[in-house]
Amino acid sequence: MNETSALVIIVAAIFTNNILLANFLGMCSFIACSNQISTAIGLGTAVTFVMTMTTMINYAIYHTILKEGAVLVPYDLTFLTFIVFIAVIAAFVQFVEMFIERFSPKLYFALGIFLPLITVNCAILGASLFMVIRNYNFAQSVGFGFGGGIGWAVAIILMAGLRQKMRYSDVPKPFKGVAIAMIVTGVLAMAFMGFAGMVTIQ
Amino acid sequence: MALFLWATITFAGLVVALSILLIVSERVLVNYGICKLDINAGEKPLEVDGGQTVLSALYANEIFIPSACGGKGSCGHCKITVLSGGGPLLPTETPFLDRKERRSNVRLACQVKIREDVYIKVPSDLLDVKMFDATVHRTVSLTHDIKEIRFRINDGGEIKQRPGQYIQIEAPSPDGPVFRAYSISSAYYDVNDVELNVRLIPGGIGSTYLHELKEGDPVKFTGPYGEFYLDEDPDTEIVCVGGGAGMAPMKNIIYSLYDKWPDRVCWLFFGCRTTKDVFYLKEYRELAQKHPNFNIIYALSDNLEPDEVWDGETGFIHLAADKCLKEGIDRQAFLCGPPPMIEAVMRILEEKGIDEDDIFYDKF
Repeated sequence: MNETSALVIIVAAIFTNNILLANFLGMCSFIACSNQISTAIGLGTAVTFVMTMTTMINYAIYHTILKEGAVLVPYDLTFLTFIVFIAVIAAFVQFVEMFIERFSPKLYFALGIFLPLITVNCAILGASLFMVIRNYNFAQSVGFGFGGGIGWAVAIILMAGLRQKMRYSDVPKPFKGVAIAMIVTGVLAMAFMGFAGMVTIQ
Repeated sequence: MALFLWATITFAGLVVALSILLIVSERVLVNYGICKLDINAGEKPLEVDGGQTVLSALYANEIFIPSACGGKGSCGHCKITVLSGGGPLLPTETPFLDRKERRSNVRLACQVKIREDVYIKVPSDLLDVKMFDATVHRTVSLTHDIKEIRFRINDGGEIKQRPGQYIQIEAPSPDGPVFRAYSISSAYYDVNDVELNVRLIPGGIGSTYLHELKEGDPVKFTGPYGEFYLDEDPDTEIVCVGGGAGMAPMKNIIYSLYDKWPDRVCWLFFGCRTTKDVFYLKEYRELAQKHPNFNIIYALSDNLEPDEVWDGETGFIHLAADKCLKEGIDRQAFLCGPPPMIEAVMRILEEKGIDEDDIFYDKF
């Protein structure tokens, strides 16, 4: 059993083990949606929310149904982990989409087609799978999901800020657009390596 | 064994539970009540359920605006003007709208969701579009890949169409029915029938379906669509330029023209590659004997094979048009064919003094 406190995991998930900059998960929407700070904040919030909630739901499902020796099922169903997690994430994103459409049409239009893209955002599934691999308990899982979401949001907002600035800089032609975004992501990731050693989680 | 049973039951149970949750929340969340859908400032006010798209609300109320992809946002045909209540432009629409259209609030009806009262504008012609049930009356192979297909509208129904207009045929596809547009080749006075010229495109959904139809098969189509108006002044010459399978609208125009004005001057230029692609030439020559002002020019673009016999023009069709047309006569032109042909012919016609506004074209 892992003894790290949930608070430490939150801090680690934001800085040292940033799911985007250290694990390179969730790159597609990161690149596609980082042109404007306002959109980035919206998507970052949505991802944080979805990640926290899905780790919670997936934790509950994993420990009551899938795990060996779980309460509800007398068999080891861990081989269903991937498909069950994906189904839960997809259904939850659908729900969030309907919810946002109803209560915040402005955010809904700002996110547009990128909202359903959260479904296939590998960072979300990644967080749920890390939770299983690293044997987190409930508090740690929620911490990791929340921290991971915040970390992803921080990364995309930083990126959006940089890209907004870069609009006026003289980027060599072959590097324009996605190419320079990838290079900037690499530089950001290296900068975040400076946090290494501050806290460690496995 | 029990493991598999448990696994299946667990997974199925979870999926069912998630689906039920989603259905329930959809009922609660995506419920906008009854909204007003106003068309052309009160010309046709509708009360529809909120939460659906404008396109599906219009189809449910038998207003058939053109749409080829069935509301997936991939064809860009269902353009309407949304005056208010449509929300901001979506990223799924931008590829289909140019700057002028964006400024004048043109939207894709399949992407605009009804969340409040919506006020839209559609061309009033489209309000007359109907859905027709018809039966295949006759199919004739015109060339190795072009078929003439004639539908008869069921129960003596009639269609009111103008030459140059088109219909949308419902064709089955793996993802549900889709609509494909085809120009009407039968003249306006054939009110019970609609005839098409269909070229078989390998792998094409619409043309494959149409080529496999047999006499007596049922078909469904909506129409007529299209904003082409034939010039009513009998002194204006009509110039038709077609290529490949682009004969259908020309045939409609020519037969309709000589029904109304037997002495009007009309030029038909038709470009083919080889003698194998030539069709309708005999019928047109018969028509020209009755109406001497009808000039028929077919041109072959490929070199003649040794055993081919040809007494018409050779070379590309725009060169034939350049040779035959004199300058400075009032003319209206209708072009139908592949884009490079249209561009070449447009250039020639403008050199001949035809105003850009009097040239209509249908690129495919």
